[in-house]
Amino acid sequence: MAIDYLPLLIMIVLGAGFGALVLILPAILGPKETNSQKLEPYESGIIPFSDARRRFPVKYYLVAMLFLIFDIEVIFLYPWAAVLRDLRVFALVAMAPFLLVLLVGFIYEWKKGALKWGE
Amino acid sequence: MPELPPLPTISQLVFTGFALFTCASALGVVLARNLFHGALALVATLFGVAGLYVMLEAEFLAVSQVLVYVGAIATLITFAIMLTRSMMYGKTSPLNRQWGKTGLFAVMIFLALYGFVGSIPWADSAPAVLADESMIAALGVEFVTNYVVAFEVMGLLLLVALVGAVMLARDNN
Amino acid sequence: MVPLTGYLLVGAFLFSAGLYGALARKNAIAVLMSIELMLNAANINLVAFWRYGDTPADLTGQVFAVLIIALAAAEAAVGLALIISVYRERKTVDLDELDLLAG
Repeated sequence: MAIDYLPLLIMIVLGAGFGALVLILPAILGPKETNSQKLEPYESGIIPFSDARRRFPVKYYLVAMLFLIFDIEVIFLYPWAAVLRDLRVFALVAMAPFLLVLLVGFIYEWKKGALKWGE
Repeated sequence: MPELPPLPTISQLVFTGFALFTCASALGVVLARNLFHGALALVATLFGVAGLYVMLEAEFLAVSQVLVYVGAIATLITFAIMLTRSMMYGKTSPLNRQWGKTGLFAVMIFLALYGFVGSIPWADSAPAVLADESMIAALGVEFVTNYVVAFEVMGLLLLVALVGAVMLARDNN
Repeated sequence: MVPLTGYLLVGAFLFSAGLYGALARKNAIAVLMSIELMLNAANINLVAFWRYGDTPADLTGQVFAVLIIALAAAEAAVGLALIISVYRERKTVDLDELDLLAG
């Protein structure tokens, strides 16, 4: 039942509420004073040497693609694993082509060098 | 003394909260001037929809929604925004010339759907469903029996999407 | 119990918002995000009709929704790869400027 998840909802609301509280309260109560040191990302840290808002290499996107593919694989594997014991060979036969097809995609991306970093 | 309407139940309150949260963040997605803020609003919307799935007792779908949409698709969109950064801090309007007409059209579509949905006496209560574990098992059975063709085709589609996306996104030099 | 109408209205709102975004936004990635909103609207409807239908033991609605989630992932991957590829060629993702095929 959905009501079973009420504690989870209360946790989410409490967490979000606390997060909002510690952001809002200092903004209202704290003294406001601005100087250049305060605007730095890391106070007393390493001085930033370039803008973080530059273009990222496309490799990140390729890795994210791999993540997406296997994410979806897990979505389909989970209900399948729940019935593997009951359906036995039948479930294995049904899953094998799916896994093989995705394996082909994985090997393709591997061979294309999407996983090589640097060089 | 007129009779007061019945107090809302907990599930109605929670539903209202999730529905308002989802709709507000959906508006944020389409109205945000900064594309990155739009992407964050999209994550909020997808979370809200996952909450609605839990309310509908489709827990597996809620988990899938968080895993695939929030975990993977939102990540891809964020990466794509970072890869095509130049637009983000532009001072030009994020909307094209036809936004006025389109807005009117979208509002009309919503009002039409509102009228249509409101005019039909839908069921107020739902029959009981299976327990969580047996529902996931039943889904597994569906995927390897009735919907096995769709399932295998989905594998093929993912392969094609992966190969196509790698071909398109890779640097050719 | 929440009436089915509530879920359908949320779906209708998400669909309308997505429609507006897909037609009115200039940035190609924003258009793609709006399309994700519309897919989610369809999914909410599928799951809501499954839940309030006469036979919830028949899981067709949920199976469809899972397939749509996977489909949306594939669509987002290819669409974003296309946008990245276009950006590399033209240095823009503004759909108004991508008018080579306009007559």
